Amino acid sequence: MSDLIAARSLMAMSLGFHIIFAVVGMAMPLLMVVAEWRWLKTGKAVYLIIAKRWAKGTAIFFAIGAVTGTVLSFQLGLLWPRFMEWAGPIIGPAFAIEGFAFFTEAIFLGIYLYGWQKVSPGAHLAAGGVVALSGIMSGVVVVMANGWMNTPRGFMMHGEIPANIDPVAALFNPSGLLQAPHMILAAFAATGFAVAGIHAFLLLRQPDNAFHQSALKIALVIGGISAILQPLSGDFLAKQVAEFQPLKLAVFEAQVETQQGAPFRIGGAWDSKREVFDYVLEIPYALSLLVTSDPNGRVTGLKDFPKENWPPIGITRTAFQLMVFIGLLMMGLALWGLWLMYKKNPLYQCRRFLQAMVLATPLGFLAIEAGWVATEVGRQPWVIVGYLKTADAVTPMPGLIIPLMIFGALYIFLACIVIWLMWRHVAATPNQFEMTSPRKEAEPA
Amino acid sequence: MELEIALANVLLIALTFYALLGGADFGAGVWHLLARGPTRRAQHQLIGEAIGPIWEANHVWLILIVTIIFTAFPRAYVHISTTLHIPLTILVIGIVLRGSAFAFRHYDIKDDDIHLRWDQLFAISSLISPFLLGMIIGAITTGHFPVNPATFFDGYISPWLQPFPLGMGLLTLLLFSYLAATYLLLETHDPTLQKIFRKRAITAVLLAGILEEAVLYLGRSGAPRLWGELTTSLWGVFIQLGVGSLTIAAILLLLTQRYWWARTCAILQVTLTIWTWGIAQFPYLIPPNLTVFNTAAPEVTLHFIAGALLVGTLLLFPSLFYLFRIFKGNTLFR
Repeated sequence: MSDLIAARSLMAMSLGFHIIFAVVGMAMPLLMVVAEWRWLKTGKAVYLIIAKRWAKGTAIFFAIGAVTGTVLSFQLGLLWPRFMEWAGPIIGPAFAIEGFAFFTEAIFLGIYLYGWQKVSPGAHLAAGGVVALSGIMSGVVVVMANGWMNTPRGFMMHGEIPANIDPVAALFNPSGLLQAPHMILAAFAATGFAVAGIHAFLLLRQPDNAFHQSALKIALVIGGISAILQPLSGDFLAKQVAEFQPLKLAVFEAQVETQQGAPFRIGGAWDSKREVFDYVLEIPYALSLLVTSDPNGRVTGLKDFPKENWPPIGITRTAFQLMVFIGLLMMGLALWGLWLMYKKNPLYQCRRFLQAMVLATPLGFLAIEAGWVATEVGRQPWVIVGYLKTADAVTPMPGLIIPLMIFGALYIFLACIVIWLMWRHVAATPNQFEMTSPRKEAEPA
Repeated sequence: MELEIALANVLLIALTFYALLGGADFGAGVWHLLARGPTRRAQHQLIGEAIGPIWEANHVWLILIVTIIFTAFPRAYVHISTTLHIPLTILVIGIVLRGSAFAFRHYDIKDDDIHLRWDQLFAISSLISPFLLGMIIGAITTGHFPVNPATFFDGYISPWLQPFPLGMGLLTLLLFSYLAATYLLLETHDPTLQKIFRKRAITAVLLAGILEEAVLYLGRSGAPRLWGELTTSLWGVFIQLGVGSLTIAAILLLLTQRYWWARTCAILQVTLTIWTWGIAQFPYLIPPNLTVFNTAAPEVTLHFIAGALLVGTLLLFPSLFYLFRIFKGNTLFR
């Protein structure tokens, strides 16, 4: 394995691992705050128990997210020093803003987790609100910094060196502005569905448990609304990729030759020798309609671009398709759930729906990973599109396979422990007795 | 003041907070590892409760330091993260294991024997990161960063595998442990525990005092600039006298059970050590060639990040004060 491949694999692994924890750490605070707010409003102890149980699970995810985020801030330099030297002055300020947002999140999470008896109920709820807001803020800024790698702005080339730097223009780059809401919605959809799936699983065993009934409802409303909005956000983003990164869009949509009235293609396998996609299912004119709002609109094919700038086509296309497919599936499930709620048909009596939700538990996270593979692999061979190639940014340090293996082992170890802890967490369901305790005594340690 | 200098000062301020807060968390891990005897469980509990609400926030300082370096001094960041790849990697592995183990131990739903394993992992990894952090700072002070290394050893190992960086690693570990012992003294009213941590604080400050001189001596060849500043200039002599008198004062205060004042001495000693290092190092980030001026980002970036830091700080400090007032309110003021 070459050092470049090792570096790319390590970076992909670190990001792919971190993203799960970052997403849960970003989305769970809102769920907790909603539960706590319901408690303050209704006085029903069940909501307090939900908030507290969710908080414990979230704390583990948050801690792992924080330490793996620290790893990433170092690995940017450890693996891609040339990139950081180039990008630091332009997009670095975004990371400083993220640092403060994360600081705020960590401070108020401490208050939220340990302050149940130390601050007033209102102050406690507010602390949770600050955690949720600053978490979203830090997610937004980080994704906007990533967007800059796709659509670099805020500088002019002066020979080999970027000059006339404008950090604000860099931060508010076109790709970042649309990637950020897409990521935030993904976080809420994935987390909401995962939490709803776990409670649905337990409801199938204990249909009368009020704890799971209320928890399912909160998670489903937040996850469901996000899942319904997500395809819309994806559509905006795709139009923008078509405008600024036409090659990437061509790979996403399997558009080999430039064409008017392009069909939307489903499935397909890339044959790199003949440079065609085999076994494709086509919906006539749909791609042109989606991208240009005109059934006869022109969509650029990937053969219009020099071959050395093509990303790995098979992986990018497959990952993109997987993301879109899961996204639509989740939207369907969300509509079903909201329909059941609208019909005043208690969700937890529809066993088919609960079973579907259980199966959907990991789907959102799969879609997130697929989406990141699509956008990051689809950015190759560039690290800063049009300016710096990934191969030119890698560290001169040899033997990167060793850190790759060490971090691989570390992440597998952590993943196993977290799964096991979550299993324990889920297995220890609160019983009916706890739920009926009056408001004042509902303070489990 | 020029912007480069202002930002270098911000870096030192952030490093000071990281040492005083995050460093003390590491130090608490060291005492966790060394806890013995019948009060072992009580000591563990004291440590867990003391750092629980604040440790996440305490470790964001490091992220802030890294982001300031790569934004404001990108060329220095590149050299540090290339040449010191190995110790930086071990540092972050230590940080990951320590944070995860603490979370596994304290946010688990059940309470059983596996928690002892997490405790062990937490304590052992608390040794790794401070040592590596000190070693990295030591290597940066030495500045033996080869440009076109002939061998892997010359390029990636010998810059940090030297007496001075190793000594700095040990000193950092001891200073962090010293801080933690004095903090923990204010967190408990149990006389037995107080007696234990008093003894530990005295041991740590004595060892740190000896080591501080030893490291300085190693600096004679390892970090000649630091050595020169501290032994030949007037301010250097005053600093040495200052550290010495803080050590003696701390021991006297510990013996007479004036813990709040003893903790103040510990905080002052660590702060003084960091700033002495910083001032002696100035204007170099990595001697003999890279300074805060020739590694700095373009001025517009410096302006922007300075503005961001200013606004961020206005939000950060009230929040931090709120956090510490809630959980450490009884120890903040005398």
